[in-house]
Amino acid sequence: MLALTIILLVLLGVVVLAGLVLLGIYNGLVRSRVRAREAWSGIDVQLKRRASLIPNLVETVKGYAAHEKQVLENVTRARAMLEQAGGAAQAAQADNVLTGALRSLFAVSENYPQLRANENFLALQQELSDVEEKIAFARQFYNRNVMQFNTRIQVFPSVIIANMFNFERFDFFEAEETAREDVPVSFTPSG
Amino acid sequence: MAEQQHVLIYDRIDGNRRNTFVLLTLFVLLLAGLSILIGLALGLPYPLAPLFIVPFLIFAVISYYSGSNIALGISGAKEVSKEGERELVRTVENLCIGAGLPMPKVYVIEDGSPNAFATGRDPDHAAVVVTRGLLQKLEKIELEGVLAHELSHIGNYDIRVMTIVVVLVGLTALMADFMLRLTFFGAGRRSGNRGKSGGGAVAIIYAVALLGAILTPIAAQAIRFAVSRQREYLADASAALLTRSPEGLARALEKIAADPDPLEVANKATAHLYINNPLREHKSFLNNLFSTHPPIEERVRLLRAM
Repeated sequence: MLALTIILLVLLGVVVLAGLVLLGIYNGLVRSRVRAREAWSGIDVQLKRRASLIPNLVETVKGYAAHEKQVLENVTRARAMLEQAGGAAQAAQADNVLTGALRSLFAVSENYPQLRANENFLALQQELSDVEEKIAFARQFYNRNVMQFNTRIQVFPSVIIANMFNFERFDFFEAEETAREDVPVSFTPSG
Repeated sequence: MAEQQHVLIYDRIDGNRRNTFVLLTLFVLLLAGLSILIGLALGLPYPLAPLFIVPFLIFAVISYYSGSNIALGISGAKEVSKEGERELVRTVENLCIGAGLPMPKVYVIEDGSPNAFATGRDPDHAAVVVTRGLLQKLEKIELEGVLAHELSHIGNYDIRVMTIVVVLVGLTALMADFMLRLTFFGAGRRSGNRGKSGGGAVAIIYAVALLGAILTPIAAQAIRFAVSRQREYLADASAALLTRSPEGLARALEKIAADPDPLEVANKATAHLYINNPLREHKSFLNNLFSTHPPIEERVRLLRAM
């Protein structure tokens, strides 16, 4: 009778201990996921800010270089793509396209001295380059958080909990390699 | 390079919390020992002796909460806005986004020597201070390195750890001093009042108290320097990770070390602070004076090896 009680108590102890360990792992995963989401909102804020600057920019450029239709259209389309993007991978792709389109726009703008002298245009250009830098830093923070979360849900033993509760991997926010470099400014209109 | 698990700011904070806990425990033991000794040497009955720590602790709490304001006030730092120092504030903003930190207040000291420090007990009450000389003499990538280093101190809760350490070191010194005077002046009178039986025990207490008074401040300083150097290396590593360019910080360190500008003002201010309010000194970027920082050549070498 006593032996049975002891065995039962030991079993109970083991079960409780295992439950506590699992709870700890689960909480760790949830915390890690919250951080990754928070880091994503850091990128999202900057992307929204960037998108909100575009219409104003397009209007300003139109006033001086209305016939650069192709370039302006590319920028507008990239912005629409960015606004409709779902998830980090799509948003990253759209953002990269927008970066490229803006580059050509600013390259083309070199041909219009009056536009270059426009204060509004210069302010927008500065603002956009600021946003671009901030996106780069926010991306770094997000990717680091995602890397940690993705690793956690793939390694033993947390992988078991992750599978039980359907923790899903986050997409990285990937920049094109060229996005970090300065593109030489071209003086011939590309559109 | 930092280990994989320490890549995220949260892990470093956790690590620092553990360190703070261990440190605090060590110091409380040290202080408790000292106060018991003082109490006994004063002839207080045993249960009352540890209460001697209370006034010292009050002093510690006041230092902890007002430290950063005093440091900012004494250094003559002026808060700057984004309009005033666009480049500086923007760089701080960017680095904060990269490190996942709230935006600290940004201050500039109108002084030609390149220097910087961070202060504040946690990221929500933090401030980054740079001198005019730093802004003038460093390239953008170097300034980014220096600011990343200071922000890493904030993010790693180094300032809190170091503030606690410095305050406790000061406390230990204060108490040890008190005890030295006590044993020196009090010994003869008190042992004369006692009977023969008490004489031996009192002598032993005084001997231990004297030894403690001499050794504890040394031990406290040793703990403090060890902690401080380790924090500096960690902040360098975090800064390299954050800016993705160890070279920027390495070049900045070399420039600061080799700067020919007379640093009279800053150094006097720092030295002064060190004695009265050391809360500023441990974050001072230009260092070596009090060896709370590892040698610059060593830091540059490690940065270049990353």
